[in-house]
Amino acid sequence: MAETKLKIGIVGGSGYTGGELLRVLLQHPNAEIVAVTSRQYKGKNVAKVHPNLRGATNIKFIEPQDLPKVDVLFTGLPHGTVMDQVEHFTSQAERVLDLSSDFRLKSPEDYVTWYKHEHTKQEFLKDFVYGMPELHREEIKDAKWVAVPGCTATSAILPLKPLVDNFKISTVIVDAKVGSSAGGASYNLSTHHPERSGVVRSFKPTGHRHTAEMIQELGLPTEAINFSPHAVELIRGILATCHVFIEGDYDEKDVWQAYLGAYKDEPFIRMIKERGGIYRFPEPKLVAGTNLCDIGFEKDERTGRLVVMAAIDNLMKGAAGQAVQCFNVMHGLEETTGLNSLGFHPY
Amino acid sequence: MANCPECGTALEIGDDVMAHEIIECNACSVELEVVATNPAQVELAPEEEEDWGE
Repeated sequence: MAETKLKIGIVGGSGYTGGELLRVLLQHPNAEIVAVTSRQYKGKNVAKVHPNLRGATNIKFIEPQDLPKVDVLFTGLPHGTVMDQVEHFTSQAERVLDLSSDFRLKSPEDYVTWYKHEHTKQEFLKDFVYGMPELHREEIKDAKWVAVPGCTATSAILPLKPLVDNFKISTVIVDAKVGSSAGGASYNLSTHHPERSGVVRSFKPTGHRHTAEMIQELGLPTEAINFSPHAVELIRGILATCHVFIEGDYDEKDVWQAYLGAYKDEPFIRMIKERGGIYRFPEPKLVAGTNLCDIGFEKDERTGRLVVMAAIDNLMKGAAGQAVQCFNVMHGLEETTGLNSLGFHPY
Repeated sequence: MANCPECGTALEIGDDVMAHEIIECNACSVELEVVATNPAQVELAPEEEEDWGE
């Protein structure tokens, strides 16, 4: 399939995730972007909104209702808005990858619990596959519709899943440090530079919506999973520090074997646990711009607590990169196609 | 056959390995020092201590 170019549409292309999709797909050998929608920027060249794309494309934003039929549609609209248009989107493309949260959760009741609204298209929920290839690769291969996971959910699920599969875990506490781009391209007083710069802001100590994805994908009892994110002085990046309380005796070799068994052949997961140097554990700035998830750990021999760290770029492995990874899986392409970039150093 | 003292994975060590040679575990990338040969035995390679201001 090396020469095949699939016609791509991006709905909601003016946000940061849309820009990142454009950046990745413009360099993808099997993708031809034919339509990018934005009501706000209709008629403008996409490079006017995403200046890093200058010279790479002349495509202009169009109105959503002018969206042509395409092979693959990426939807990057605000949460709660895709479900109302899902019939239209699925009729316009052979395959749809939705980057909103509208089809990530399997249970309609979870939308009431976590998103405080009824799901208006519940009949579609069972047909969307949760787009995390490390967990659902075989389902994604056959999927027509994929729900791309949330960024902080990704940063917690990937490091925790092999542990859940290999140990009896009583409690997990995930403390995530999150960059400002995870909040999207719209702005308000909290994102105003004098207010945002320099903060270590606890913005949702309990009840963050991505907790629902962690519960769903990890299969632990709901009371066992605790999540508290913090906004920190980053633009891109998430560092999730997971405090894992394991029942029974274990040692670090057991943890290594759990991770190697699950991820030894995964192209985007790196185990980072060094005994020297200044980057001994995962560091978000080393994965900025990449689709990598770096995972490291250390056992607290005094208490038995296992401390697990995971670093991702929220716009890549936490959004656009993971979406393109799923796109590759869905179309039988090499999974790393278009996603081979490594991080910067220094950065 | 020696196992990695860090991750427990069986190591592939060539017959021509020499004592005090530093090798790397293919699974977890930790550096190992060959402390004996025939049969090979390894330990975690020494690391310089750093002052982390702790």
